Amino acid sequence: MQNWRDEKNEFSILMLPPAFWLVTFFTLPLVVVWVYSFGNRGPLGETNLGFTLVNYVRAFELVHMAILWKTVWITIIVTALCFAFGFPMAMAISFAPGKWKLRLLMLVILPFWTNLLIRTYAWIAILRPRGILNGGLKWIHDTWYSLIGYGVEEIPKFVPWEILYNDKAVVIGLVYVHIPFMILPIYATMEKLDKSFLEASLDLGSSQMRTIFRVMMPLCMTGIVSGAMLVFVLTLGNFIVADVLGGTNSLMIGNQIARQFGAARDWPFGAALSFVILYATFILLWLRSIYAARLEQRDAKR
Amino acid sequence: MRTFSSKRIGKSKVIEPLAYTKRSVIKLVIFVNLLFLYLPLLVLIAFSFNDSKRNIVWRGFTFKYYEKTLKNDQLMEALTNSLQVALLATFFATILGTMLGLALQRFRFPGKGPVDAWAHMPIMIPEVCMGVSLLAFFALVKIPLGLFTITASHIAFCIPFVAIVVRARAATIDPAMEEASYDLGASRIMTFWRITLPQLAPGIIAGALLAFTVSLDDFVITFFTGGPGSTTFPIQVYSMIKFSVTPEINAASTMLIVLTSIVIAVGLVLHAKTSEKDSEL
Repeated sequence: MQNWRDEKNEFSILMLPPAFWLVTFFTLPLVVVWVYSFGNRGPLGETNLGFTLVNYVRAFELVHMAILWKTVWITIIVTALCFAFGFPMAMAISFAPGKWKLRLLMLVILPFWTNLLIRTYAWIAILRPRGILNGGLKWIHDTWYSLIGYGVEEIPKFVPWEILYNDKAVVIGLVYVHIPFMILPIYATMEKLDKSFLEASLDLGSSQMRTIFRVMMPLCMTGIVSGAMLVFVLTLGNFIVADVLGGTNSLMIGNQIARQFGAARDWPFGAALSFVILYATFILLWLRSIYAARLEQRDAKR
Repeated sequence: MRTFSSKRIGKSKVIEPLAYTKRSVIKLVIFVNLLFLYLPLLVLIAFSFNDSKRNIVWRGFTFKYYEKTLKNDQLMEALTNSLQVALLATFFATILGTMLGLALQRFRFPGKGPVDAWAHMPIMIPEVCMGVSLLAFFALVKIPLGLFTITASHIAFCIPFVAIVVRARAATIDPAMEEASYDLGASRIMTFWRITLPQLAPGIIAGALLAFTVSLDDFVITFFTGGPGSTTFPIQVYSMIKFSVTPEINAASTMLIVLTSIVIAVGLVLHAKTSEKDSEL
């Protein structure tokens, strides 16, 4: 690696144009919103600059606190579910024989490339009252009653499971959209894992379960932490899934932000809400970098 | 000693302790995960050929909704807008991203850590935040929302994607090649053009394809930075979804899926070819 002083011209030619673009269309806009978050809303929905913390205080008022709290809860549940399904899947990919490894990996990545909105919308056909899921449930319901042989009059009518346009649908959609972000980092660390640790544990008489929980998981912690962090951050800011699959009561903070900049036209408040989740994101990223640095130190000592 | 008993030969099946994929639990995990990942998309694609307005039961195969989609002027205009934005954004993001990737890979400079983290921030922060901040910014500097603002924003969030890919490629290049070129009397520009660029090319192409799909698929940032008359394909699909659930949306979605799949397939083929070449060297 060269020192920039030795090649000042080359360095500036390479660095300045992209830096200029990112400052103009990324950093400056964030600064604008940050300044707005201390302003207040005029009677016509215009933004007046000022210095007030009212918007931040409002974000933690009861009504908005409820949405914030719910968003955090949904995010925790989504992250946990992604881990519960993603970890064994990462294991399956990592321990699959030769060509299957690549195939499974491709199969996990592929849906990831399709449009987020379309992937979310696709769930409507499955979850709606007369969709695929309820069709399957109805079939099970009908065969079950025909098998145990109730009289025709006694068969209870099939009631579709109300799973669309509520929080359940939002959780399903969010897990669906974000699960590759959990699988891939865990898989990446598992690939680097020295498998003889697992063999040693098994040879010394631990059960498979114990080996997975006490040996494999701690050794894959970097991947698990990265995956969980990614899923958490992405879920926290997502607003499409709740918008498409959620009902009127399943607003998440992302929807709330979008509403303030749209119909509600209260930009200072929307700006403050944006910065609430941005601060949360920054803190999480910072914690992750501390964690990564600590792991590096520990490995260096070995 | 459960593990040893599973190793004992004699009974019908012997499973190696670490051959997890042979275990039925893991097989079930793979099945459930893949079903979960693919069922929605397969249902969506299947229903786009379903000859039924209400889209619930299968009533026979039809191309009707594709014809309708292709005749839908609004949708086609949105597709044109999307392609225009994606091509322009890819062009500029590829150039700027390549520069950034090279600068970060080659040079040591004060404050590199924070600059590095900052340059990747557009990928990390919630898209909603970036979208609303761009909206506020364009309103403040009084640039009317339209295809220009969408493209400028797309370039900004595509730059880091290209930079990551190019940087990874640049790290694999042997500096001796460039040194040899200088020793043989080639100028800076000549060396960059004849030695560095060809070696970087696979990374640049991969980055460009990534930027293209990311831009083509983007909904959130376009939602906030677009205005009337600059509807892109995902935005049009969104308003159709909000309006009602029709088979036409399925057909339009399938078309977009096919379009991105083609771009990815091209990328994978190119990647396979270059890695073949690399291994020959």
